[in-house]
Amino acid sequence: MSAPPLVETKGLSRSFGGLKAVDNVDFALPPGEVRALIGPNGAGKTTFVSLICGRLEPSSGTIAFDGKDITDLPAHRRVRQGIAYTFQITSVFANLTAYDNVALAAQRVHEDRHRRSERVLRRSILDALERTGLADRAAQQAKHLAYGHQRLLEVAMGLALQPRLLILDEPTQGLSDGEIDNFVGLVKEIARKATVLLIEHNMDCVMRLADSITVMEAGRILAEGAPAAIRADARVQRAYLGTAA
Amino acid sequence: MSAAAAPKVWLLHLAVIGLLAALQFLLPDYHHGVVAKVMVLAVFAIGYNLLFGYTGLLSLGHAMFFAAGLYGTGLAIQHLGWSAPLALLAGVVVGALLALVIGLLALRTTGVAFMIVTMMFAQVLYLTILYFSRWTMGDQGFVLPQGVRAVDLAGLRLDLTDPATRYWCALSLFAVALFASLAVVRSRYGRVLIAIRENEERTRMLGYDTFSSKLLAVVASGTISAAAGASYALLFGYVGASFASIQYSILPLLWVLLGGAATTLGPLAGTLFMQYAVDIASGFTSAWLLLVGLALILLVLFFPRGMLGTLRERWLGWLP
Repeated sequence: MSAPPLVETKGLSRSFGGLKAVDNVDFALPPGEVRALIGPNGAGKTTFVSLICGRLEPSSGTIAFDGKDITDLPAHRRVRQGIAYTFQITSVFANLTAYDNVALAAQRVHEDRHRRSERVLRRSILDALERTGLADRAAQQAKHLAYGHQRLLEVAMGLALQPRLLILDEPTQGLSDGEIDNFVGLVKEIARKATVLLIEHNMDCVMRLADSITVMEAGRILAEGAPAAIRADARVQRAYLGTAA
Repeated sequence: MSAAAAPKVWLLHLAVIGLLAALQFLLPDYHHGVVAKVMVLAVFAIGYNLLFGYTGLLSLGHAMFFAAGLYGTGLAIQHLGWSAPLALLAGVVVGALLALVIGLLALRTTGVAFMIVTMMFAQVLYLTILYFSRWTMGDQGFVLPQGVRAVDLAGLRLDLTDPATRYWCALSLFAVALFASLAVVRSRYGRVLIAIRENEERTRMLGYDTFSSKLLAVVASGTISAAAGASYALLFGYVGASFASIQYSILPLLWVLLGGAATTLGPLAGTLFMQYAVDIASGFTSAWLLLVGLALILLVLFFPRGMLGTLRERWLGWLP
């Protein structure tokens, strides 16, 4: 746990009018970890990760990635530094094929690394599709894919970006149990190379995946620690698990 | 996947160019002239389509880019006495610079605001042309004298007022614009433009600087439109303010919608159709606008994706 954190926020806040969605959050995520971010609806989880990936600007506070301050960096530059975000609400390019969806992610990385070969690009696109089990659906338009496959396509796009930090925002929402099993396997595989920050409501999924858990409530961090400790924490049970566990 | 259709796509586009080349020898005089003009205007539509069809940015001010080319070339010949090739270059450069400035300003807006801002800028240019009527001859415009509409090429004199030469020049310009647009939309950059049209926020979150991509699209689109305007001045010899009016901002939108937005051959099909619809309708009634309007409404009702767009949707999925 002594490695310098990959992501670190200090005093991070974001208000919407009078509502403090994220309130003075100090957060650190060591590299290589799978961290679950849990909390009741409206706790500020999505706002918090949106600040990290740059979709939202903070009202105050700082964000550092890999030791460098990225607070003022526009979102697209953060992606190129290695922060990938998969959307809570499925946000694939509906009218493009699954192949082209992934191609958009993959070619970004290839251009940054000055790879011009179309053949190499094609191979890494197919690789991301294969790892998510979508290879035989490459030519289908995204809007014609089943919902579960659209979620997987989101992950395939995240994968193709070859991120150092992959932020997954409620990835299992609306998936069947079988699909969730596949998904857990996929995230475990991703985590061998990347740090993962996972917003998730499915506690079973969280317990199977997370190295540690951060609990948010009303914009603040309520508790943080190993899954077993969080499960045993009385405050957490009151705030959140009370009904679920 | 699109790689499989590549030879078919290139062959189709070559065939269209070949057909236009063959028409040069087959068409009677009148239609020969019309098709030459359609090809130049179709280049304007190709430029418009790049921004509207592929990038999803609806400009209502594209007349300003066509007019920038038209006047850039026309004024350089008329008042600076430049030779035709140099003046052509001037027109294109003026259009590119204008597009860069307009892009930087107008892209701060999106959607309806973008339409209005581009329309306003085009009006500014239109009124500026009228205001400086001492040089531009205002509404009336001016005609470039025959003598200057020629290119001396290594001892060979190309007389651009000669119908055959004019046709070849228009066809060459059209072929360059068509293949350039085909190359762009099949490139990685073209894929990004389409992604911006489909979902800009998502594209940004894949690491793309969407502002720069859109700016480049405005400049490319404006430059192609200006090339059409500059060539129009040289090939048809007339430079007038009507080409900067709102009508010439709406026309490329109509051509592209009719032919099929985001199809490479749609601009040609739409321009050709519209030109002949007006031509035929005005041949037997003075209420020709009524007929043209009716035809447009029917087309939009039954073929909302335009001619090429409908073909692609129903039968030829590989059309670019």
